Amino acid sequence: MALGILHMRNLFAVVMLSGIYSLISAGLFVTMDAVDVAFTEAAVGGGIATVLMLGTLALTTTREKFVKSDLQIVPLVIVIATGALLIYATFDMPSFGDPAAPIHHHVVPRYIEEGPVRTGIPNVVTFVLASYRGYDTMGELTVIFTAGVGVMLLLALAGRRRDD
Amino acid sequence: MDIPGLYNYWIVIVLMMTGFYIVIARGNLIKKIVGLNIFQTSVFILYISMGKVDGGTAPIIAEGVERYSNPLPHVLILTAIVVGIATTALGLALIVRIRAAYGTIEEDEIHAQNTMKDADG
Repeated sequence: MALGILHMRNLFAVVMLSGIYSLISAGLFVTMDAVDVAFTEAAVGGGIATVLMLGTLALTTTREKFVKSDLQIVPLVIVIATGALLIYATFDMPSFGDPAAPIHHHVVPRYIEEGPVRTGIPNVVTFVLASYRGYDTMGELTVIFTAGVGVMLLLALAGRRRDD
Repeated sequence: MDIPGLYNYWIVIVLMMTGFYIVIARGNLIKKIVGLNIFQTSVFILYISMGKVDGGTAPIIAEGVERYSNPLPHVLILTAIVVGIATTALGLALIVRIRAAYGTIEEDEIHAQNTMKDADG
């Protein structure tokens, strides 16, 4: 599956490909046990984002300007340098799926053992999000609201300008 | 140091750098947003892959299951996905607005129009 994404990286001239990419990453999340995240990614990343982008394409233009050279040297050098640095940084990281990694040993066992008893909800992600981090989720709603207001203001402005 | 066990990070880095390259090298604004999305998803994969435990199942408490994957990265990423779609929507709205003002969504053409305006005084 990861190979599929690697193949795809040179092709995404099209918005549809980014939708497919989102769906594949949702599949990746399922294989890595993150079912709730996979739902959200498939609905939001594969669905809403694709619809929004198609809407933008309809409002603007569907063609990208032809570029002479496909590969630009300076950005490529920057990207390769950053990537090399990041790969160097991974040598200190715990390996994939290692149960002894520090991330699994701080508060997580407590959440898994005490959480269902205290909240009565079997799904850990749900009760952490709703019962332990309620304020966090409310802040998230504020973010969405702000973005929605921003989008409406921008589009209303654009419409008014065209009427003049 | 266990080199083969680090492959998840390397996939993430390749994806992340692909998105990064699109963002800085491509002039089309919509393509930049798609690149940003790829970058974002690579970060999601990084977090989720760190939460995976060998032999673990999805973190829904059930009888007879001893080992669960780490649920906390999942919680974080759920929030991040929603915030990500909010920024994407705002960016796309800005693009529509830029198109209305400049008639183009190519970065260099916008730049040329700006310098022309400056030259006119």
